[in-house]
Amino acid sequence: MDGEGQRATVAWETGTLAPVDRLRTERADSPTPGLVEGTEPGAGGKSAMFVHAQSFEDLTAEAEEEALRGAELDKSEEDCTEELKALEEQHNNDFSSDGRAKEEDVSSEAWRSHRKHVFVLSEAGKPIYTRYGTEEALSSTMGVMMALVSFVEAEKNIIRSIHADGCKVVFLTKSPLVLVGVSRTCQSDRELLRELQYIYYQIVSLLTLTQLNHIFQHKQNYDLRRLLAGSEYLTDNLLRRLDRDPGLLLSAVTCLPLASSARDVVSSSLQAAKAKSLVFSILLAGDRLVTLVRKKDQVLHHMDLHLVFNLVGSSSSFREGEGWTPICLPKFNTAGFFHAHISYLEPASELCLILVSTDREDFFNMSDCKRRFLERLSKRSAYQTLKDALKCPSYSVAQVGIPELRHFLYKSKSSGLYTSPEFPVVYESDEEQERLMGLYQDLHSCLHHPTRPLRSFYRCSETENLLAWVTSGFELYLCFSPLATKALAVSAVNKLLKWIRKEEDRLFILSPLTY
Amino acid sequence: MGESLPDVPGGDQERGAAFRRPVRTLRVKMVLLGGSGVGKSSLALRFGKDEFRSTSPTVGCAYLTRVVHLSEVTLRFEIWDTAGQEKYHSVTPLYYRGAHAALLVYDISSRESFIRAQLWLKELEKQSVPGSTLTWLVGNKGDLDQDRQVSAQEGKKLAKDRSLFFTETSALSGDQVNELMLDVAHRVYEHVGEEQGGLTEWKETLPEEMYHRDTSNPLSSCCKVGP
Ligand SMILES: Nc1nc2c(ncn2[C@@H]2O[C@H](COP(=O)(O)OP(=O)(O)O)[C@@H](O)[C@H]2O)c(=O)[nH]1
Ligand SMILES: [Mg+2]
Repeated sequence: MDGEGQRATVAWETGTLAPVDRLRTERADSPTPGLVEGTEPGAGGKSAMFVHAQSFEDLTAEAEEEALRGAELDKSEEDCTEELKALEEQHNNDFSSDGRAKEEDVSSEAWRSHRKHVFVLSEAGKPIYTRYGTEEALSSTMGVMMALVSFVEAEKNIIRSIHADGCKVVFLTKSPLVLVGVSRTCQSDRELLRELQYIYYQIVSLLTLTQLNHIFQHKQNYDLRRLLAGSEYLTDNLLRRLDRDPGLLLSAVTCLPLASSARDVVSSSLQAAKAKSLVFSILLAGDRLVTLVRKKDQVLHHMDLHLVFNLVGSSSSFREGEGWTPICLPKFNTAGFFHAHISYLEPASELCLILVSTDREDFFNMSDCKRRFLERLSKRSAYQTLKDALKCPSYSVAQVGIPELRHFLYKSKSSGLYTSPEFPVVYESDEEQERLMGLYQDLHSCLHHPTRPLRSFYRCSETENLLAWVTSGFELYLCFSPLATKALAVSAVNKLLKWIRKEEDRLFILSPLTY
Repeated sequence: MGESLPDVPGGDQERGAAFRRPVRTLRVKMVLLGGSGVGKSSLALRFGKDEFRSTSPTVGCAYLTRVVHLSEVTLRFEIWDTAGQEKYHSVTPLYYRGAHAALLVYDISSRESFIRAQLWLKELEKQSVPGSTLTWLVGNKGDLDQDRQVSAQEGKKLAKDRSLFFTETSALSGDQVNELMLDVAHRVYEHVGEEQGGLTEWKETLPEEMYHRDTSNPLSSCCKVGP
């Protein structure tokens, strides 16, 4: 996203993009944590796991095949048009049969007062998705939105946002889709756009952009809900995550705290279980990364990884047997599908293995990779260490030993990983957690302002005091009790960085592997 | 795959050695087709674990195995549970290609699902070599008799017209699920097993599947009863 480009320029300007290797040798002895990208606590040893990526040619070829096949299917369906018509009518009546409790009265006050609405429509103004209520009930609303968009576009202005009456309306036009966010939160336009981007990529990851374009080129009026039926819950869940998961805000992922010796054994076992078509092997514990091994020269974008997290976390269906599903990783390649083998290591375990392959016929090969990995790992004591680590997937802020510190987010920029303690009692409720996330989002907006970015920011309120600080190496957000002073907060930063440095072996993946 | 699956190669052989001379294990590919929400995954869960649980919609495809012991042979069912959602249609042929058995599932309380099943049937007939896949039309959710929209007669008639086998099941109560599994096992073995190259032998490649230790599945014993 936009953040990356900007970050790179910051690093250039300050002229600190020194060769990482040299800095790393210095870092071990240095008592002050490096503030430079590549030397900050949590920075990976070798090249980072997450960066922008190149693509596979054979993937593109496959996408074209896929599109052709889709076209054939369309034809075959025309043979049964009458049946389908009758069916569709019925279908329209029970779209919500997939278990979403969406039958909300869209004219009600309750519907209007939701904090954040998200709508997706086609360029022809056809409803595709709404977060609350049903798309049918809202088709006229969506029509109005589309009218607005096309009106402004005709004037050669791209409509970006409308502010009125405590409400912000933000538009994101990503042909062939138009996404609209309506928010009562104090999030900036940019934050809202970032969230809409996620939703856009969620849809692309289900269908590929090639297929989307193909569909709408052939039939402007196409009802995309047909193809998305049964996956709305993925978008619902992603929206929930956007409100709650710091990883989506920070463009980073967090790891399961684990002794580095054990993590290295897990990683090397995974590395050994390779196959020709395998591109990424990802081991998750819930929403936390245990390890990620990738094909040499291939890198995974954090956004794609979050889409994978969302897919795995939203569905219980992978618990039964082994899942095998096409998935487009849009930041890698919007044109083609990968094929993901998804399975839990043991029936009741939190440990989920995702093997991403380029070959859709390669299921049994992937299944065999999993078997080999598990066979190797279960012979090692590291497996028990890993299982024990699952019992305490987080840590308390008290361990850091900084008075008045309630919570923090720390992101190492070069590794794309972040760490954060569990929420303290004050933020136990969902509402309080979301409120704190909202505050972090505000700080994030200030630090990443497109024209006037701040390097640090301190803010007091009746409920908490907040400090945010960004360098070319890391991003840090601290939340203190209202009793803390600015001086205390500033002195806490160094202490915290030292603590993270001390714990980095456990909290981060310092030596990512490739095959 | 779960702990209670009877899928324990080591275990099977021990039992085989103790009670009778070792039998061959043949692989059977079976695919579950039909609209979304008709109960394919629930049936698969019954086949595999004899459990019923509400799960979220299948993403892509799920693969599970189930071993059925017949008197002269052991069949290792490799079951592909498809999602039935339209966006996956283009990849579904992958799963029914070369299948020995196909279960075409609809929900007796939904006429729409019955029509969808017919669309699937057209697809299947177009794609597969005639006679190579034995197909069952399965009216699931038999427990919802009070909401029935498709009569058993209708199902039977369709099956007869298109030379399919027919049954009604309930994944919820388990009614007729085992019977279906055994019927499939017998028919596939009789019709395909004898043909040259019909069923391939299952060779275990691993010394031990350590995550499938539990052999105490009631199904594995009840299905041992031969014809
Ligand atoms: N009453 C009843 N409900 C069932 C039965 N089988 C499945 N269901 C329910 O129907 C819904 C869809 O089932 P699922 O197995 O996911 O369907 P699939 O999409 O075809 O895999 C779930 O809520 C199940 O609990 C059944 O035999 N009787
Ligand atoms: Mg299913």
